[in-house]
Amino acid sequence: MSYLELLKLASTEAVVVVTALVVLAIGLTTRREATGVTVATAQGDQNVGGSSSARTNAICSFIAALGLAIAIGTALMLPRKATLFSGMLVITPLTSLFKIICMALAFFAVLLTKSEKSLRHPGEYLAILLLATVGLMLLVSSEELLMIFIGLELLGLSLYVMVAFDKTDVRSAEAGLKYFLFGSTSSAFTLFGISLIYGMSGITSLAAISEKLATVSVQPLLAVGIVMTLIGFAFKIAAAPFHLWAPDAYQGAPIPSAAFIASGSKVASFVVLGKIVLVGFAPLHGDAAWHAMVAGWSPVLAALAALSILVGNFVALAQSNLRRLLAYSAVAHAGYTLIGLVAGDREGFSAALFYTTTYAITLVGAFGVVALVRRETAGDDFSNFSGLISRSPMLAGCMSIFMLSLAGIPPLAGFFGKFYLFSVALRADAGHGLLWLVAVALFGSLISLYYYLIVLKVIFVDEPSLAIASSPDHLSPDLLQRIAVAVLAAVVLFLGLMPDALAAGLLAAMP
Amino acid sequence: MPVWNIKMGRPPSVSLRGHRARYCDIVQRIEQQARWGAHAHRVLAMATSPSQTFARQSTFSVGNKFHQLLFGEAPKRTRGARVLPRMIAWTIYLTFAGAVLLILLPRPFARWIALFTTIAGLALGLIAFVHTSIADLAHFTTIVRVPWVPALGMNYHLAIDGVSLTMVLVTGISAVSTVLFSWDVEHRQNEFFFWLLLVVGGCYGVFLSADLFLLFGFYELVIVPKYFLIAIFGSTNKEYGAMKLTLYSFFGGMFVFAGILTAYATAGSLDLNELSRFQFPGQLQSWAFPVLFLGFAVLAGIWPLHTWAPTGHVAAPTAGSMLLAGIVMKLGSYAGLRVAMNLFPQGFQAWSKWIALFAVIGIVYAAAVALRQRDLKFVIGYSSVSHMGFVLLGLATANALGVSGAVLQMFSHGVIAALLFAVAGRMIYRRTHTRELDALAGMNLSGALPFAAFTFVIASAASMGIPGFSGFAAEITILIGTWKTYPLAVWITGAGIVLVAAFTLRALKQSFFGEARPSVLMQEGRVALDLDWNEQQSITPAEKCGACLLMSATLAVGVYPKLLLDRIMPAVDAMRFLK
Repeated sequence: MSYLELLKLASTEAVVVVTALVVLAIGLTTRREATGVTVATAQGDQNVGGSSSARTNAICSFIAALGLAIAIGTALMLPRKATLFSGMLVITPLTSLFKIICMALAFFAVLLTKSEKSLRHPGEYLAILLLATVGLMLLVSSEELLMIFIGLELLGLSLYVMVAFDKTDVRSAEAGLKYFLFGSTSSAFTLFGISLIYGMSGITSLAAISEKLATVSVQPLLAVGIVMTLIGFAFKIAAAPFHLWAPDAYQGAPIPSAAFIASGSKVASFVVLGKIVLVGFAPLHGDAAWHAMVAGWSPVLAALAALSILVGNFVALAQSNLRRLLAYSAVAHAGYTLIGLVAGDREGFSAALFYTTTYAITLVGAFGVVALVRRETAGDDFSNFSGLISRSPMLAGCMSIFMLSLAGIPPLAGFFGKFYLFSVALRADAGHGLLWLVAVALFGSLISLYYYLIVLKVIFVDEPSLAIASSPDHLSPDLLQRIAVAVLAAVVLFLGLMPDALAAGLLAAMP
Repeated sequence: MPVWNIKMGRPPSVSLRGHRARYCDIVQRIEQQARWGAHAHRVLAMATSPSQTFARQSTFSVGNKFHQLLFGEAPKRTRGARVLPRMIAWTIYLTFAGAVLLILLPRPFARWIALFTTIAGLALGLIAFVHTSIADLAHFTTIVRVPWVPALGMNYHLAIDGVSLTMVLVTGISAVSTVLFSWDVEHRQNEFFFWLLLVVGGCYGVFLSADLFLLFGFYELVIVPKYFLIAIFGSTNKEYGAMKLTLYSFFGGMFVFAGILTAYATAGSLDLNELSRFQFPGQLQSWAFPVLFLGFAVLAGIWPLHTWAPTGHVAAPTAGSMLLAGIVMKLGSYAGLRVAMNLFPQGFQAWSKWIALFAVIGIVYAAAVALRQRDLKFVIGYSSVSHMGFVLLGLATANALGVSGAVLQMFSHGVIAALLFAVAGRMIYRRTHTRELDALAGMNLSGALPFAAFTFVIASAASMGIPGFSGFAAEITILIGTWKTYPLAVWITGAGIVLVAAFTLRALKQSFFGEARPSVLMQEGRVALDLDWNEQQSITPAEKCGACLLMSATLAVGVYPKLLLDRIMPAVDAMRFLK
C-alpha cells in the first residue's frame, strides 16, 4: 500500500489535523493581552481589552469551521469500503456517516466557541477541540482494540484540557480534575480488560476476536475482561454508576466543551461500544430476558441501563441548575440508548445510534440556548431562564423544542427515537423478554417529563425577575449563534417528522 | 447474532449504489419476517414482494406523494364523488397550518386566523358528513396512505368511519365555539390561539388516524399544549392543576405506550385495520388489554384516576376547559374503543365487567361529589366525570346498542360540557369575577344576564337528560344496551341520574335564580351588576354565536338522533369485539 493511498483514505483526519495546527499557529502568533486584565464575567470584558482576543477568536473559529466543512466534503468522497492494516482503520458506510455526524457536531461546538468570552486562548482551545474530533473519528473508524484505545485516549486527554480550560473559574478546574481522575482510572480499567481479552484470544482485531471467542465458554477471566472493558465505555457515556463526573463537567466546563462531551464524545462512544459488543463479543451475547437470564455482556448492559435510567431521572428531579439537570438527564438517556445495544442486532444498533444522534443534536442546541442566556444574565440557574419567552420568543421556542424532544413528545425526534428503541427491544425475542427493561424506561420517561416541564414552566409561565428583565436583549452580536440554534431546532423537528431520512440511512449503513 | 454477519460489501461503484439500497431493503424485510415468525407473513406479504418494492421506490416521485397526501389515494371507483369526503384529511393540515401562521403573523390577525381555521375544519367535517355514503362509513375507509418509515412498517394512514366522523364533527363544533368564547383574550393572544389550535389539530389527528404510531403521536401531541393553555392562561391554582393534569395524562400515556409496543412487537404491524384482523394469543390479551385500556381510560376520567379532571377544568381558562371536557376527554374513550377493544377482543370480554363496575361507581360518586361543591366550575368538572362514566359504561356493555350510545354520548357530552363551561367560565365569571355559588345566589343573575340564563337552562336540561336534547338520546341508548348485559348497573345508574339532576338543578338555581341580596353587591372586588350596567358587560355577539352553535347541535341530535346513530351503528357493528 502506497502512502498516497493511505493519505487518500485518511484524508478526512488529515484535513482536521492540519486545520488544528493552523488554528494553533494563529492562536500563538496573535498578540495576547496582559494576564489579569480580562476577568471572565459574562458581560464585562468586551471593553476591557477583549477586542483583540475577540478578533482572534473570530478568525480561529472561522478557520476551524471551514476546515471541518472541507473535511466533511472529503468524507463524502471516501470510498464505500476499505480496510487498512487488518482493521486498524476501516471505511464502511457506517463509519463515513458517523465521521460526518461527529464533524457536524464539532462544527456546531465551534460556532458556540466563537462567542464564548471566557476563553482567553481561543486558538489553543479550538486546536484541542479539533484534535478531540480526530479522536472521535479514529474511534468511529477502527475495528481494532489497540487503535480504539488510542482513539479513546486522544479524545479523553483533549477533553480533560477542554473541561478545565476556563482558568478563572474554580468550577471549571474542579470539573477538569474530577473528569481527569475518573477518566484516567476508567482508562486503566479498559486497558486492563483489553489486555485480558488479548491474552485469551491472542489478537486485537474485533472480527478475529469474535471467531476466537466463539469456541470458548464464559470463564471467569473472560468475564473480568469483558466487564473491565465495558467499564471504560460506561464512563464515557456517563452510565450510572460511572456518571459521577458528569454533573460537574456539564456545569463547570466552558459551554462548548460541555456541548462537545454531551454530543460528539457520546455518539462516538456508542458507535464503538456497539462495535465492540456486537462484533467483537458477539458470541458472548448472553440474554437479558427476565425469564431466561444467560451470562454475557447483555445482562451487564441491561443492568447499567436500568440503573442509569432510574438514577439519572430521580436525581434530575432535584436540580435547580439547568446544566446540572441536563447532566443527570444525560445519564438517563445513556440508559435508554443502551437498551438498543441490549436488544443486540443490527436493528437494535441502528435504533441506539438513531437515538444517540438525535440526542446529541438536541443537546448541542440546548447548550447553545444556555450559552446565549448565560451571556445575557451571567448564570444558568432556572431563575436565569424565567420569562425567557418575553425576552426572546425565538430562543424560548427552540428551547421548548429541545426539552420536549428529550422528554419524547411527538412530533419531535426524541419521540420516534424512543418508539424505535423500545419496539426493537420488545421484538428482540418472541416472549417479550426485555419487557422489564422497557417498563423501567417508560417509567423513567414519565418521571423525566416532570423536570422537563418544570424547565418549560420557568421559561413560559414565570415572570422574569427584575434584574433580568432590565437587561436588554442583545440580538446582533450573537446572530450566528442564534441561527445555529434555530437550525438545530429545525433538524430536531425534521427528524421527528421524517425520521426515515436518518433511520433508513442508518439501517442501510449497518454492516 | 448471525444477522450481524451478513456481508453486504460489493466493489464500490456509484452505479451500483441504488441497487444496493434496494437490496438492503429486501434483506432487511426478510429478516424482519424471520424474526416475527410465520404469522407476520400475511401482514408483510404486500410489502415484501420485490416487484412491488421496486415499483414503489422507483416510481414514487415527491410530487406524487404530496398529491396523495393532500387529496387522498387515487380513487378506485369514480373520482368526483370521492374527492370531497376525502378532503376531511385537510382538517388536520389546515389546523396545524393555522397554528404555524399564528406564530408568524402579527397580533391583529390572531383571532381571525383561529376562527377561520376552526370554521374550515367544521365545514370540512360537515361536507364529509353530507357527502359520504353511509355504506362507506360502515368500515374504516382509508383516506390517505403514504409510506412513512417503511423499515418499521409505519404509514401515514388516515381513515374514517361513522365513529370517527362523529368525533370530527364534535371537535369542529367545540373548536369553533371555543374560539368564539375566547374572542376577547388579550394576554399573549397569538400564543393562546397557537396552543389552542395544536390541541384541536391533535384531536382531529387522533380521530382520523388508522396507524397506531400516528394515533399515539397525535394523542401525546395534545397533552403538552394543554399544559401551556392552563399554566399560562388559567386561573385558580393553575400551575398545580396543569401539572397534575399533564402528569396524569402521561401516566396513562405510559401504559398506552407499553400496550402499543406489545401489539406491534407481537403482530409486526401498526396498521389498525390489519391489527384488528390479527389474532393475538389469549394469554397476551388478558394482560395487554387492561394495560392499554387503563392508559386510555385515564384520559377519559375513569373513576379512581379521575381526580385530574375537576382540578384541571377549574384551573383552565374557559377555552381550556371547553376543549378539555369537550374533546380531549373523548380522546381516551375513542382510543379505548378504536384500539384497545378492537385489538384485544378476548381481553375485553374478560375485563368488561370491571370497566362497567368502575364506570357505575364513577357516575354515582362524581354526581354525589358535585352535589357538595361550592365552585360552579367544580360542579361542572365533576359532572363531566359523571357523564364520561356513561361513556365507559356504554363501552363496557359490548353490544352494538350500548357502544353506539357511548359514541353518541361522546358527541353529546362534548357539546354540553363546552356549553356549561362557556356559561360558567366566560359569561358569568368574566362579569362577576366569582364562581362561588353562594355569592352568585345573591346576585340574581337571571335578570342581569338573560341570555346567559337561557343558555344555562338549556345546557342544564341537556345535561340532565331531558328528552329532546342529545343527552337523553345518548343516555337512553346506553341504558338500553346496558340492560341487556348488566341489569343491575341500570338500577344503580338510575340513582346516579337522579343525583345528576339534583346537582344540576342546584347549580342552576343558585347561579341564576337566587334571591337578590343587596349586601352581596356591595362587597369589594365584585362588579355591582345592576348599578352601572353597561354595554361591555352584556353578552357579546361572539358569545351568542358560540352558544347558539352549541345549543343547536345538542337540539338537532336530541330531536333526531338517527342523524348520527345511522352512521355510528353500522361502524360499531363492523367492529370485531361484538362477534
